[in-house]
Amino acid sequence: MRPEMTAIAPGTLPKSSPRGSAARARLLRGLLPALSLALVLMAIAWLNPRAISYFGFNLMLNLAIPIALATIAQMFVIAGNELDLSIGTFVGFVGCVTATWLRDAPLLGILVLLGSIGVYALLGALIHLRNLPSIVVTLGMSFVWQGLAILVLPKPGGKAPDWLLSIMSFKPPYIPFPILAALIIAAVVHFGLMRTSYGVILRGSGGNAAALRRAGWSLLKTKIVLFALTGLFGVLSGMALIGITTSADANIGNGYTLLSIAGVILGGGEFVGGRVSPIGAVIGALTLALAASPLLTFMHIPPDWQVAANGAILIIVLAARVLISRRER
Amino acid sequence: MTSVRTLLEKPWLWSFVGALVVWLATVAFTGGYGAGGMVTAALSLAVFTVIVGVGQMFVITLGPGNVDLSLPANIGLASAVAMKVMGGSDSMIVVGMLAALACGAAIGAVNYLLIWALRIPPIIATLSASFIIQSVDISYGRGLQIKPPPGFADFTNWQVLGIPVLAMLTVIFTIGAALALQRMIYGRSVLAIGQNIRAAWLAGVHVGRIRFLTYTLCGALGGIDGALLAGYFRGANVDIGNEYLLASIAVVVIGGTSVAGGKANVPGVWGAGLFLVLLLTMLNTFGVSAGVRLVLTGLIIVGVITAAGGEKAVR
Repeated sequence: MRPEMTAIAPGTLPKSSPRGSAARARLLRGLLPALSLALVLMAIAWLNPRAISYFGFNLMLNLAIPIALATIAQMFVIAGNELDLSIGTFVGFVGCVTATWLRDAPLLGILVLLGSIGVYALLGALIHLRNLPSIVVTLGMSFVWQGLAILVLPKPGGKAPDWLLSIMSFKPPYIPFPILAALIIAAVVHFGLMRTSYGVILRGSGGNAAALRRAGWSLLKTKIVLFALTGLFGVLSGMALIGITTSADANIGNGYTLLSIAGVILGGGEFVGGRVSPIGAVIGALTLALAASPLLTFMHIPPDWQVAANGAILIIVLAARVLISRRER
Repeated sequence: MTSVRTLLEKPWLWSFVGALVVWLATVAFTGGYGAGGMVTAALSLAVFTVIVGVGQMFVITLGPGNVDLSLPANIGLASAVAMKVMGGSDSMIVVGMLAALACGAAIGAVNYLLIWALRIPPIIATLSASFIIQSVDISYGRGLQIKPPPGFADFTNWQVLGIPVLAMLTVIFTIGAALALQRMIYGRSVLAIGQNIRAAWLAGVHVGRIRFLTYTLCGALGGIDGALLAGYFRGANVDIGNEYLLASIAVVVIGGTSVAGGKANVPGVWGAGLFLVLLLTMLNTFGVSAGVRLVLTGLIIVGVITAAGGEKAVR
């Protein structure tokens, strides 16, 4: 096989190897996100054993909940073969609303947040009806959310509502809260998207839209639902973030756009074909959250090179995936 | 009559119309004051968007999912490399430009290497690469306070009859790019790959080689852009390329290039580049706050793309 050919069409080539070994490789591939998380955890345990404790995890996974929620949000659009380049600034916008209106005028705050989910649903409809590239539409929207965030909160500040602060500082016995929250998020979304019949339809809209349409399902509706779910989880992410940081800043979520895309891909998701995994996405987000700073701090990597180390981790995990996929064939 | 209709069907026309409307609105607001200066400023700033926009256009034309997210990091690093090599002396200008070009081309080549070797989506490949480049830049450019050589700074700001020389050169460059796209085997291959990669491969197009060339070309253009930006703004900076991620994608799409690939448009990149710069000028002239400016920019981008419409479904 010519190398160019394998480069062009990953996953579309017929799998000709015996079924047993293919299934094993597929299982291995499914486990890869968990394996990479385990690897990062082992590295941390080896470098600093004291970090593997109740308080250690609480500290290290501090920001994991909002990252996981943003990753799930991104996963929904990716399931429909779209991409949301505005989720980061949207999380920032939600954060600003949470730290101001949601505290001072709860009713207005709730209305604004619900309205923003509605905007997401409208975007889904617009993208479907006018057959627009989601990359560009969400790119434009990223300016809009950023601008609105600045208008709501011109200077960093504000304060999270007390009930939100108490939720996010919840200390359950034995299991650190971020881990418990990640388990709940993964379980709920996994059930909704992978185990319900409409979840299958939603994923099918990314897998084979033409087949769904012929079977009588409304693609407009699936797109609206997927985008609304993205909006919903974006709102949850922004609120969780403010519950942790206690105050907001218009730029607070900007890094989340790329982080969320990377999390979905690390978790085994693919850009096309409706192939996503909620559990994988949450694991991918946790891996990124851990790899982002605690691991690198323990490895004494100078701050200059921490971003590079993030990129390197992404590349290593993806390289491992290629090695496994090669066996799958 | 038919010629008018064929002209109206050109997708790139709308970006120029948009630029003209925005310009007229601004001129009407200022009462004609600064109308010419605005065009000069718009031309000199649009140049930087157009150069990376053309590179991004070739990459996007390769087909769905192809996009270079490493451009901002690339521009930042190349600007530092150029300034360091030039070292403030006029005699090193050409060497510095070549160094920036080589730096950008190397980044583009690495991008494609990651895409090819790891078979990962270009978005993720260029994203991970950009993380690494960013770190290299931060580490390499730390405390770098080198001014561009006076000759280079003057060259990037040089105007003849109110028209920036850099803009004239870029027009020549874009004409070359348009010829390469429509009349050369390379450009036709890029279009063929974007339309149907498998069919292109079966037809004997060297898919791997063309994709490699395209990513390298885009990287090289990013490198040149970085050097020119450092000259124009009189100094290199890690964040100098940050706005060009969104801008490069936006000009490509507003300019009538298909995001699905296989259909590219060079004149539209110019129209869209001018449109974006003039839009910013207009909002600044109106004296709106930063927040309102961002909201309006975003809404106008969404509005333009909605009005221009997506591609009609082929299949």
